[in-house]
Amino acid sequence: MIHTIDALVVGAGGAGLYAALELSKRGVPVAVLSKMYPTRSHTGTAQGGICAALGNLEEDHWEWHMFDTIKGGDYLVDQDAAEILAREAITTIYELEHMGLPFNRTPDGRLDQRFFGGHTRPDPQDPAKRIPVHRACYAADRTGHMILQTLYQQCIKHAVNFYNEFHVLDLIVKDGVCAGVVAVEVRTGELHRFHAKAVLFATGGFGKIFSVTSNAHSLTGDGVAIAYRRGVPMMDMEFFQFHPTGIYQKGILLSEAARSEGAYLVNGKGERFMERYAPQLKELAPRDMISRSIVQEIRAGRGGDGKDYVFLDVRHLGKAVIDAKLPDIMDFVRVYMSRDPLTDLIPIEPTAHYAMGGIPTDNDARVILDSQRTPLHGFYAAGECACVSVHGANRLGTNSLVDILVFGRRAGIDMARYCADRDGVGWTELPAHPEDDTRGAITRIVNGQGGENAGNIRKQMQTEMTQKCGVFRGKDDLRSARDTISELKERYDRLSIQDKSKGFNTDLLEAMELGWLLDIAETTVLGALAREESRGGHAREDFPKRDDAHWLKHTLAYHTEDGVVLQYKPVTITTYEPQERKY
Amino acid sequence: MVLHARHLKIKRFNPEKDTKPWWGEYDVEVQPTDRVLDALHEVKWHHDGSLTLRRSCAHGICGSDAMRINGHNALACKVLVKEYKGTITIEPLLGFKVLKDLIVDMDPFFAKYRSVMPYFVNDEAPPERERLQLPEQRDRFDDTTKCILCAACTTSCPVFWSDTEYVGPAAIVQAHRFIFDSRDQGKEQRLEILNEKSGVWKCRTIFNCTEACPRGIEVTRAIGEVKQELLLRRF
Repeated sequence: MIHTIDALVVGAGGAGLYAALELSKRGVPVAVLSKMYPTRSHTGTAQGGICAALGNLEEDHWEWHMFDTIKGGDYLVDQDAAEILAREAITTIYELEHMGLPFNRTPDGRLDQRFFGGHTRPDPQDPAKRIPVHRACYAADRTGHMILQTLYQQCIKHAVNFYNEFHVLDLIVKDGVCAGVVAVEVRTGELHRFHAKAVLFATGGFGKIFSVTSNAHSLTGDGVAIAYRRGVPMMDMEFFQFHPTGIYQKGILLSEAARSEGAYLVNGKGERFMERYAPQLKELAPRDMISRSIVQEIRAGRGGDGKDYVFLDVRHLGKAVIDAKLPDIMDFVRVYMSRDPLTDLIPIEPTAHYAMGGIPTDNDARVILDSQRTPLHGFYAAGECACVSVHGANRLGTNSLVDILVFGRRAGIDMARYCADRDGVGWTELPAHPEDDTRGAITRIVNGQGGENAGNIRKQMQTEMTQKCGVFRGKDDLRSARDTISELKERYDRLSIQDKSKGFNTDLLEAMELGWLLDIAETTVLGALAREESRGGHAREDFPKRDDAHWLKHTLAYHTEDGVVLQYKPVTITTYEPQERKY
Repeated sequence: MVLHARHLKIKRFNPEKDTKPWWGEYDVEVQPTDRVLDALHEVKWHHDGSLTLRRSCAHGICGSDAMRINGHNALACKVLVKEYKGTITIEPLLGFKVLKDLIVDMDPFFAKYRSVMPYFVNDEAPPERERLQLPEQRDRFDDTTKCILCAACTTSCPVFWSDTEYVGPAAIVQAHRFIFDSRDQGKEQRLEILNEKSGVWKCRTIFNCTEACPRGIEVTRAIGEVKQELLLRRF
């Protein structure tokens, strides 16, 4: 079936829904395509909060938020983008409140704010020092859930058109201009052609390249890999965030909000070890630093119970605080660990959480192809799948929610402008048979006789990535991971699946997703192997120092006939010169 | 890692080849602390790739994997295999058309959700900053903001099974979230909708919905509060 719609939004999390809302308010015909039902999107699992320098509890300024973001990202952040993030966070929060989002309140009815890792203000006693600031607005520990629900509700109110369970499998590009997408209707297996003026990918992250991850099963990097195969580079893939407090072995996230409310991290000897690694911010240091500290404690034999975890300790917070401010994550501890957080220590380990890298864009979410900032006209990306880059080498807590909303909205606004501009030019014609590549890929998998099992390949990739491309990396491990991924890609070509039916063939769709994950694992490992320095979330044991002289630059990984080719792009520095990063 | 053998009995149906549902039986090796979802994945990834289900976040927030497990509605990702003795029997939710295996048609569910104006209404020009709301006003509707639209409540309701006209507990929970929000102005219209014969008066206070809710929402109480509000309006 062929559909013709001015603006397409692929993905129904925070970025996609905000863009759709802006497009619909501007009268642009828009459709949202989601491989699930929109309310299943991963935005809903964000817990702790969303930062904006409202200053409701104490003095705060967007410039301080901007500075924290740049320092938190170990100076790989594009500073013009960080300025937009910090400024527009404020208007965005008020807009969400006006849409009805049920934020927690101060006793006098204003938006309450809590601490979050790496978010600081100058110490009034000693302005050279920085201390935590109340900057994160929140709705208990289900802030993302409330954002997703509120945006979906508003999309219903504004009659946004949804195609639920339509899985996008290809991007249509003609003569350097984006012209639409190919999607499969999951329920029937039918391929649909969507002809559009502008397409936004808001398809989320790809934590499923790892075995221990907080990410949903659906986070398979579809958008990033589809664009890559159509010539768009993947940017800064070696920067992946490992969140310090994942439930041991399961990876389920226990929000930083626990530490915002005063929880401790303790090792097997009962010591609050962060006092040694980050004397000023302690448990509220940035995530990359805490995750490295945890691994170092475990390696030094100070893990909990002599094992490979440490503990999150919330016992002293008391039932009232836990019930009011952390109900969901304490429920996770009870359900998944059979422990009572009021009386028991909680075993945690770092969990693969967030992709700083992704599809390169400018500040209006327009996809760019190289260091000359050449645009792919009509193609946009926002949210975790995009790399603006506001997070640089390490994202601060809550800034993902700020990112999806600020840049999702900017995407919607610019797409509306672009769609109006295209009225003079006319629609880009579609190529003759835009579904052919997709149909070919599907046929190859469905008819595959090689006998390889997708479940086995996926498991091996995930284990390899967690073991060899995790919190700490080294040359030998990365080379070995590179070889394994390349072998897995060969095995992938010999895949066989069992389900041959048309409707709801999730056997087939999971196999497609695995193909994308393998591309992403490959560029992640190659980027990490090439970058011979340690910066933010990328910690090389053989190159433990940051090296601005050689590596203050973004990585661009291209898909070519001769394999992956790496290029680099300068970092935009407007206000803050790189300094040593201490907390 | 200690693995235990567990027996799963899963109701299967593929309309492209089956004329009626059948029981698939599988022996899988899992850890006692694994989720039922992990056991289903073990089947799908290593025994029978054609087993079909919806799932995403795997920790009880996205609401994709509500199903009947040993006769009770639950999220497969929020119950552990060790909570069940013997065979674990898994079926699709009741009350909606089965499309394939554990997947039911959710479109009618979301149509009911949409029918109660599930969005914030306030047409006054907003202030420059936030609208004020005291913590106790915010607490008034806190419970119903937790809903993840998984349909476990609606598909556990005997009234809904026998009368699909009924808007169902989940839609009422969503309406409750706005009816009791001090900032919202759409209350009268929503109450009007829930006062119709498909609305709250169909509820027989059976409490299945409250028991089924994986988010611990007091669903029956929320429905009761909407009924109360309608009764108060008559005076």
